[in-house]
Amino acid sequence: MTDYRAFFHGKPEQKLSRSRRVKKKSQMEEAHEKFKFVRIFFVLSVLGLLVLLIGIIITLGPLNISVSEAYSALLQKFFPAYFQVEALTSRVVWNIRFPRILGGIMAGFGLGMCGCVMQAVLKNPLASPFTLGITAGAQFGISTAAVLGVTILGGPYLLVGNAFIFALLCSMIIVALAAIKGATSENLVLAGIAVNYFFTSFSQLLKYFASDEQLRLMTNWGMGDLAAFTWTNSHLLLAIFVICFPLLMSKAWDLNIMTAGDDTAKSMGVNAEKTRIFIMVVSSMLVATIVCFMGTIAFIGLVAPHMARMVIGGDHRFLIPASGMLGALVLISADAVGMNLIAPTIIPTGIMTSLVGVPFFIYLMMKGKRKEFWT
Amino acid sequence: MMIKLQAKDLTFSYNSHPILDHVNFQIAPGKLVTIVGPNGSGKSTLIKCIDRITTPKGGSILIDRKDVTKMTRMDVARYLSYVPQNSVRVFPTNVFDTVLMGRRPHIGWMGSDRDEEKVWEVLRLLNIEALAMSNFNELSGGQQQKALIARALVQEAEVMLLDEPTSNLDIWHQLDVMNVIRDVVKKKGLTALMALHDLNLASTFSDRIIMMKKGRIVAAGDPASVITAENIASVYRVEAAVKSNSDRPMVMPLKQIREAQA
Repeated sequence: MTDYRAFFHGKPEQKLSRSRRVKKKSQMEEAHEKFKFVRIFFVLSVLGLLVLLIGIIITLGPLNISVSEAYSALLQKFFPAYFQVEALTSRVVWNIRFPRILGGIMAGFGLGMCGCVMQAVLKNPLASPFTLGITAGAQFGISTAAVLGVTILGGPYLLVGNAFIFALLCSMIIVALAAIKGATSENLVLAGIAVNYFFTSFSQLLKYFASDEQLRLMTNWGMGDLAAFTWTNSHLLLAIFVICFPLLMSKAWDLNIMTAGDDTAKSMGVNAEKTRIFIMVVSSMLVATIVCFMGTIAFIGLVAPHMARMVIGGDHRFLIPASGMLGALVLISADAVGMNLIAPTIIPTGIMTSLVGVPFFIYLMMKGKRKEFWT
Repeated sequence: MMIKLQAKDLTFSYNSHPILDHVNFQIAPGKLVTIVGPNGSGKSTLIKCIDRITTPKGGSILIDRKDVTKMTRMDVARYLSYVPQNSVRVFPTNVFDTVLMGRRPHIGWMGSDRDEEKVWEVLRLLNIEALAMSNFNELSGGQQQKALIARALVQEAEVMLLDEPTSNLDIWHQLDVMNVIRDVVKKKGLTALMALHDLNLASTFSDRIIMMKKGRIVAAGDPASVITAENIASVYRVEAAVKSNSDRPMVMPLKQIREAQA
């Protein structure tokens, strides 16, 4: 419309804008300031919500512990002189519930965050931490341990250790394949899918020859369950997490630019292929750690970044923590629901996450007015 | 003569198939230079080689006598900015954030008010400030191109490379975008090198034209000396009428030349 008028009236673009320029300037800049405020506000409110949720979930569980008892049990650890609770209550709250929540938060955060950075470097909204074959590798590790008795670590980390090593191995094969052929996003996604199928077939082959006992072992792992998060395991995850989070955050600007394509990234001084491999290696470390304890909850890594993007847009300085916190929020709430819905039976977290999360995500998808569903 | 940008024996091949064959040229500061040539003549490859998006197989590129091929990628980004042909964005980004990306060679992790100030300044200069909060993907072709030019401008490099900035635009927007390019080159004192398909746009807006065929420069100079019926016949295999419009040659293609196959 404007163009048409412009064509017949000489140079209207200047005319139109000059009269409005002063007013528009403040309006746009105000809108931008408001957008920046919303972004920070959103990140802070999700953080607040997360803290609130921890406070609620710690009081819930199959064992009947009152709210005040639960908090007393927590505070007792810090101020033993002032708070007294029964030994059983203390043990349940401090040694079972609390590490489970902390582990769940780190796992959810890790999956959401890794999904976010992987979608960025692969320029693919369908990418998730599992695009890199981590699940297939982990499952294969479990299968070899269960059926062939081949394990790399012994003791309590028999299954978990195998899952971790094969998950990492699998993603390294994919990264290596892509690096040889040129680390474009297409090569990585294709290599990921191919290697995924390969390891899945191997697992199925092992399953075919497995006994009933071995089968049960294989199926139990992989439902997605936070029960594995004891203090020891949570500390292990925390250690990896503390390394990976700043590494990913440091690449926030490069990730913003990488979504615009490799040529653009290079022209702005970002080595696209190196950054892609770096992100892949760091996030597969973290995801392999999460997955080997918890099994797979693919949904969070896929969806948490989209939820965050809908609200705060594509700046990874905010998007990475927001995706992580949303991931954590979804995971621990699904876990709480699964644990208390038909107590004392605990529904595995992975099942609950999808049952609760998918309808919610479809609602968000439908609510969006625009064509692109993640806006 | 002062030289801003120079290519010396620039060579590039793809699977031993030469794309650029010992390309040499020199560009004076402040000039708007256009590369024309048929499909596959190496225009875009030349632009990408200069910006080191693809690595040249041989030769060197000098800016102010400094060798681009020996710089770090981040340094190259401080000397050269690049406006891609089109930029499909998988994830939605608003125009402001899209333009802000251009500050990458200068920005710290936190970003500063100064960086944002630069973005507003350029958006105002290109008259697209009102679009700052719009989704880049929902802009028209001409607006997208302006946003990409804005992004290159905030990079504050002295040489700007453009790859087919008018492709997919109607004639009004072709002129609009070309005017914007000519204006910013003049206002910011930039040197610009641009690949372009349209001979008439090249003729109208460029100070100099480089004509390429099969990875070699076959003619270079001011528009009147390059855009001639003879050159068009030998490079494009098209018989064309060339008329002069206020000293600028205008091309009207008439028919294809089908030489006898040997």
